[in-house]
Amino acid sequence: MSMAASVKVEDKQVETNRESKKRSQWAEIWRRLKKNKMAMFGLAIISIIVLSAVFADFIADYDTVVIKQNLGDRLQGPSAKYWLGTDEFGRDIFARMVHGARVSLKVGILAVGIAVVIGGSLGSIAGYYGGKLDNIIMRIMDVFLAVPSILLAIAIVSALGPSLTNLMLAISISSVPSYARIVRSSVLSIKDQEFIEAAKAIGASDKRIILRHIIPNSLAPVIVQGTLGVAGAILSTAGLSFIGMGIQPPAPEWGSMLSGGRQYLRYAWHVTTFPGLAIMITILALNLLGDGLRDALDPRLKQ
Amino acid sequence: MSDKLLEIKNLTINYTTEDGVVNAVNGIDFDLKEGETLGLVGETGAGKTTTALGIMRLVPNPPGKVISGEILFEGKDLLKESEDDMRAIRGNFVSMIFQDPMTSLNPVMTVGEQIAEVIELHQNVTKSEAWEKAKEMLELVGIPGPRVVDYPHQFSGGMKQRVIIAISLACNPKLLIADEPTTALDVTIQAQVLDLMNELKEKFKTAMVMITHDLGVVAQVCDKVAIMYAGEIVESGNLVDIYENTSHPYTHGLFGSIPNLDEDIERLNPIKGLMPDPTNLPTGCKFHPRCPHAQALCKEKAPVTTTLNSGHRVKCLAYEGLIKAPALTGNKEVG
Repeated sequence: MSMAASVKVEDKQVETNRESKKRSQWAEIWRRLKKNKMAMFGLAIISIIVLSAVFADFIADYDTVVIKQNLGDRLQGPSAKYWLGTDEFGRDIFARMVHGARVSLKVGILAVGIAVVIGGSLGSIAGYYGGKLDNIIMRIMDVFLAVPSILLAIAIVSALGPSLTNLMLAISISSVPSYARIVRSSVLSIKDQEFIEAAKAIGASDKRIILRHIIPNSLAPVIVQGTLGVAGAILSTAGLSFIGMGIQPPAPEWGSMLSGGRQYLRYAWHVTTFPGLAIMITILALNLLGDGLRDALDPRLKQ
Repeated sequence: MSDKLLEIKNLTINYTTEDGVVNAVNGIDFDLKEGETLGLVGETGAGKTTTALGIMRLVPNPPGKVISGEILFEGKDLLKESEDDMRAIRGNFVSMIFQDPMTSLNPVMTVGEQIAEVIELHQNVTKSEAWEKAKEMLELVGIPGPRVVDYPHQFSGGMKQRVIIAISLACNPKLLIADEPTTALDVTIQAQVLDLMNELKEKFKTAMVMITHDLGVVAQVCDKVAIMYAGEIVESGNLVDIYENTSHPYTHGLFGSIPNLDEDIERLNPIKGLMPDPTNLPTGCKFHPRCPHAQALCKEKAPVTTTLNSGHRVKCLAYEGLIKAPALTGNKEVG
């Protein structure tokens, strides 16, 4: 029978294909990302920062090194003992920067994570159901978008008090609308595709279709925006701490370290410069990674 | 209680758009017994896909609406079922295959997961049992079992369509609606897929509605035929009725437009004119502007369905005795 013959031919092709590893979409995307030198550089930097944040306590003990003042050693330049020098209270800048990474990353990742989940849920509901629900949700998002995010953050922190949690809340709330928009736009383009109609034809419920079929296909722009969002959140954290509305001293945070060193800029430039460099390098690395992810995830660039 | 699996009675479906009301399906009737295959034939825009979506109750609701009619599946009117009940029916008792295999599969799920999904939705089995069943279905459609972990982009068009067939038959439905399943495939693959569908149809005793515009496919797969034009069924019957005793001028035109391999002609023989604008259908008989045998009355009076002999029905004033019967010459034999 003709079908048996065709199956045999395909069997042979399958055998040769089996030699290459299972090629899931994510493996394909990782392969594309690896080709991008800049993106891998960014990824390497971020990995180093994450690792130092995770192992911060092993690098420098919090109470004795990071917070404890040591006025005898204040404002010393980089040396063998203090790799990046000391600040105005005699504290080791390197140790403070490593612990500061913890704060920045924590706020960045959690703020973006919460914004993605809330914004993503709102956006997918708005996009899938359309009509009045879509209108109501997106107009509320527009209201939040109309308020400048820094002002919104300042308002929230002034009302609720400066703390890590309130900072995360402030940054989250101002990012929710952009994730809602991104996810809604993805959902709108995916829900008209034939495999969604096919999913309806097998009797899948709306919830199942959104969670198992639509959202996994809309991840690409969210991942890209999320990476860049972490960069933005870190910058906002630094900015708010700089003006005193973020992390309170003596807790180390890059922005407040930057602010604290301002008055000594002329003769102890290292106090401000090193935290500033840390902020800059982290943002740069995240941007490079985000750009690389955007290229790797673009289905049109088939290499 | 009839022995019919599916009975469509006077089904009318409209789409309300900004440009006017689209009369997609206008009062059609047909029925199907268990294990039978009906070919629903017509040009693009005739209303075939809308009919299929209507049976599944998947007509997109903002613009589309079922205006009237009954869709009796095993005696129950599907139009009156709740959405929850319909979800239990879709994929389970009635399945549908869509036109383009390239876009009918979710690109980020493995084919095994997609076959297992329909099994998990309707049958009370564990995840691993569903996975095993998915592997079996894959083997059944001629794809090696180990490929169950592969993604759709790793398959060719014909193999994707086989995966889709596996998904549609996984829960052993009583009725399969296939919307132009081979249109997007090349002829050799088309032959393989049709053979597969025939084989599985015999094995599972599945009734099938095969939507197509290809009369060759109909001859190969179907027991009965219904010819659709502008949302109406203008002629229906079994293969012999349609292929050898063609009665409606439109059906005759369709056969006449197929090029003959034995003759050497210079021009093809299409039916003159175009499918009418569904927001502005012709009065009287909807085919009259293109019919070579049209007469004055055809513009005024819409024909009703005449039964020529058991099972062979046609909608033309000529068979109602109201105008002179057209002289239709013979057709190709049923192959």
